[in-house]
Amino acid sequence: MTTIRYANDKFELEPNESVLECLTNHGVPVPFSCRSGVCQTCLMRATGGKLPETSQQGLKDSLKLQNYFLACVCYPDADLEVALPDDKDVQAVIPATVLSLKLLNAEIMHVELVCHEPIDYRAGQFINLFQHQTLGRSYSLASVPHEDDHLHLHVRRLPQGRVSGWIHDELRPGETVEIRGPGGDCFYIPGNNDQGLILIGTGSGLAPLYGIIRDALSQGHTGPIHLFHGSRDLNGLYLTGELRDLVNQYSNFNYVPCLSGEDVPHGYVAGRAHDVAFQQIPNLKNWRLFLCGHPDMVKTAKMKAFLAGASMKDIYADAFNVSKSS
Amino acid sequence: MSEQSLYEQLGGEAAVNAAVDIFYRKVLSDDRISAFFEDVDMEKQAAKQKAFLTMAFGGPHNYTGLDMRKGHAHLVARGLNDSHVDAVIEDLGATLRELGVKEELIAQVAAIAESTRNDVLDR
Repeated sequence: MTTIRYANDKFELEPNESVLECLTNHGVPVPFSCRSGVCQTCLMRATGGKLPETSQQGLKDSLKLQNYFLACVCYPDADLEVALPDDKDVQAVIPATVLSLKLLNAEIMHVELVCHEPIDYRAGQFINLFQHQTLGRSYSLASVPHEDDHLHLHVRRLPQGRVSGWIHDELRPGETVEIRGPGGDCFYIPGNNDQGLILIGTGSGLAPLYGIIRDALSQGHTGPIHLFHGSRDLNGLYLTGELRDLVNQYSNFNYVPCLSGEDVPHGYVAGRAHDVAFQQIPNLKNWRLFLCGHPDMVKTAKMKAFLAGASMKDIYADAFNVSKSS
Repeated sequence: MSEQSLYEQLGGEAAVNAAVDIFYRKVLSDDRISAFFEDVDMEKQAAKQKAFLTMAFGGPHNYTGLDMRKGHAHLVARGLNDSHVDAVIEDLGATLRELGVKEELIAQVAAIAESTRNDVLDR
């Protein structure tokens, strides 16, 4: 008998019954619509057990790798532990100790964390960092699992930002915080090594992109990799030295720092990052895109990239939405 | 005569996958209807387009007239009318033409899409 475990319950799967039917028959409120594996409304995540391949058909690769599946077409042969995608209990809280804090520019703090338990993540995903039990914020990971020993975050100080203000002003090396994660599907997927990559970020949107770039390069990506990092003025850019070192080290990596303000010194390109990117590379057919940072930029760039020929499945985005309570 | 279903003749799920980006791009660039798509989540919308194309291609679906009504009620309130449905069906035909689908099959797809018109417009 195959058992489906959900939250604290265990249900026995009837013959020819899908995971969706099993759960909804027992009163679990799983949203669904087409019941034929197309609409993806019944997206769930396996937290234990092995998924049948057909239950992941049509999902984005990044979701497949995180064990997401479609409950309506999932007929497992063995026991499965499942959760809804937004179930908070999917991930346990992990304590992490602050190893170092270093300003990258006037408003962005590099935070290095040592996790007390191993955390399985991909460069470009985010974690939630908690100031206390009910106050947490999402921060993207700039570190790369097989390259860096610890977690790296770029925390931008927001006006009246409660958590970012606390990180900048009060948090000290040696202190231990709680994190939960990882989450997000904006990361590099190996394969298709010669595909061109375009990464566009504003402000601390560079954090996930810096991880993704180094991840792709270390996994032997041979296609061109173009990074467009944008800010209003020079003070908003950071890691420029590290990025120029990468340019010298890898012939397929190109770094374009963009300034949207009036003062644009030699070596920088005038204009907003996404405008510059789409001007330099107007036809985006077959390119893979990563868009991170300001929500308006991400939204506009997503639409423009798609209309310029990029396939929807090749556009990875992470909009940095600011919490309403700051 | 072929005994294959319309969905099979079109190429099944692979055909839907080939069509979805082209179709969605046409819809977004179509000035007659693009305003209705301004503030939608593109990922979710692409998934909906895929479900719609699967249905219009004669594939497996669970669409009901009621779903169609509920799903478009907010757009009808914003002025969605016959001319917009015409535009979508036109864009659908143009997508299939671009993919080299035969006119007789395009007509069948258009007829399925056409059959949802009254539900979409809630009348």
